[in-house]
Amino acid sequence: MEWVQQLVNGISLGSIYALIALGYTMVYGIIKLINFAHGDVFMIGAFIGFYAISGWGLGFFPALLLAMVVCAIFGVLIERIAYKRLRNATRIAALITAIGVSLLIEYSVIYFRGAQPEAYPDVLSKSTFNFLGAQISAQSIMILSVSLSLMIILQFIVHKTKIGKAMRAVSHDVEAARLMGINVDNTISATFAIGSALAGAAGVIFGVYYTKIDPLMGVIPGVKAFVAAVLGGIGIIPGAMAGGMVLGVVESIVSALGFSLWRDAAAFVILILILIFRPSGIFGKNTREKV
Amino acid sequence: MISKNKLKRFASVFLASSLIIGALAGCGAKDGATSGGSSSGGKDSDVIKIGMNLELSGGVASYGSGVAAGAELAIAEINEAGGIDGKQIKPVKIDNKSDAAEATSAAIKLATQEKVVAQIGSATSGNTVAAVQIANKNKMPIIGPSATSTTVTVNEDGSVNDYAFRTCFIDPFQGKIAANFATNTLKLKNVAIYADSSSDYAKGLAKSFKETVEANGGKVVAEEAYIAKDTDFKSILTRLKSKKPEFIYIPGYYEEVGLIVKQAREAGIDVPLMGGDGWDSPKMVELAGKDALNNTFFTNHYSSEDPDEKIQKFVSAFKAENKDKAPDAFNALGYDTVYWLKDAIERAGSTDGEAVQKALAATKDLPLVTGTFSVDENHHPVKTATVLEFKDGKQVFNSKVNP
Repeated sequence: MEWVQQLVNGISLGSIYALIALGYTMVYGIIKLINFAHGDVFMIGAFIGFYAISGWGLGFFPALLLAMVVCAIFGVLIERIAYKRLRNATRIAALITAIGVSLLIEYSVIYFRGAQPEAYPDVLSKSTFNFLGAQISAQSIMILSVSLSLMIILQFIVHKTKIGKAMRAVSHDVEAARLMGINVDNTISATFAIGSALAGAAGVIFGVYYTKIDPLMGVIPGVKAFVAAVLGGIGIIPGAMAGGMVLGVVESIVSALGFSLWRDAAAFVILILILIFRPSGIFGKNTREKV
Repeated sequence: MISKNKLKRFASVFLASSLIIGALAGCGAKDGATSGGSSSGGKDSDVIKIGMNLELSGGVASYGSGVAAGAELAIAEINEAGGIDGKQIKPVKIDNKSDAAEATSAAIKLATQEKVVAQIGSATSGNTVAAVQIANKNKMPIIGPSATSTTVTVNEDGSVNDYAFRTCFIDPFQGKIAANFATNTLKLKNVAIYADSSSDYAKGLAKSFKETVEANGGKVVAEEAYIAKDTDFKSILTRLKSKKPEFIYIPGYYEEVGLIVKQAREAGIDVPLMGGDGWDSPKMVELAGKDALNNTFFTNHYSSEDPDEKIQKFVSAFKAENKDKAPDAFNALGYDTVYWLKDAIERAGSTDGEAVQKALAATKDLPLVTGTFSVDENHHPVKTATVLEFKDGKQVFNSKVNP
């Protein structure tokens, strides 16, 4: 069945958007900053995974873990170096800094290794099986389950751990949280670490699934993930997941209907419609708790 | 694609070496001037001067130097065999630095100071176009060995530039070849097209492919498009698959095509896939994978693995001169351009620009390395193209297809 197949394509794409969108939404939730460098952390993750697999011969899971750890550290460094001293500056100053950081990362990578694309080696089994007439590869099942488990782990961290509680408290009210004895700086760093680790994981998954990676690969997925985060309601974790999935499926459907050249436009039309009719997003309610 | 860094490094090495060579050549020229005097110039002397206006440094230096290497081999062979009508060929090589303005001034220099019989080059269409006006004005035929754009010989209003020629086939021609290959060689009727809609090259190929397929009695069951830099083609491939094509034509560049081929095979599309010379890159195998590339084809100017005797003779001669490097399409086109010019000068019986121009335009069934060719009224060569096939990640010669 063509439609089942298209749904599978859409969900696979959507889970990658969702993983990136989570980082956007968590950072926005806690310091109200749209971290435009997030798409480039995703790119860094893809390259770390590539070098780990093709250079050191690591398997998929060790490479995934390595990329997540390195990206977490990288994310914290970006926050400490670029954003921390702007915490009390105007929001536009921080936003412009984020764009600057994004360009700095992209072109540093081009400076050090060149702009040529790289092809991800095959690390996962290429077998496929039939499900309701759709060709489903073992690869996409693996990718989907990795993405879903990462999201479940994230929910656990946010709702069941001390650092998660601190994150929720800081996002509610920074000053009150500080008065309650919460170390705000560490909490913000932890948020960046977790968000960047997810982006790093998304980078490796993207590489395995779509093969080609290059230093500017983070730009479009980054912007799409931002749309997904706004669609779900920026600052709300389940919103980012749902937004990512919806966006992936919508893009697949647009292509399936034969409007493949309109696929990117569809994402941005959604953004415009959401901003006009429901600026707080699908899940956005003022009473909802934010992280 | 060559990275910017590598390109820069390459260009700087090239620039440095060309400076040194230039300095050495300068010394040599001084010596020559004192002894040779004015007798070496002019059209009535015992040498035939052929200009080369090529990209020897700058962004596309690899194209220009490839053409030069092929042309120099041909000149050496002809001179060894006694030259053209007993006259030796003397090449005058000028580096246009991959720049259109430099190409124009190089053409002026070749036409007015060096008074060459004809000019070979440039390698790219843009730099060749830059010299066309000079050529027409000075009645100096120019031949772009690898200038594939139609605009080199035909102006926008449809008029032909009398003194401009090319050795390679034009871009849309490849679509025609691919269509003939699908309908006549593979005998498939229901085809699909999946083209890069952001490049004129791919759109040109797709258009002529469609026209030829329909003229041959085939049917285009689906037409889809993508944009350069896309990475996710799965949805469109799923849609294409449901239309059940027996053959899919994918004109475009290797960066996207590599991914399309891989994702097509993953989606269970196992029909033959085909494209143009944009597929010709080692990256293609890395991106698509060896297995996915089986049963895929692309058109190109020539193949060094073609068993044809003429080609093998050229390949071994070239390897002997160039450290065992197999000649690529640029080398072959540069080589052919010199032989074509030789043929035209012999038929014209003179080195007069007008006579050579008429002889070039009247070329018919001339056997060359990149195919036996004739020239049509728009100065486009009508020649055979080579179809290559990927087998376990290697490009293998498949067949030659006539237009």
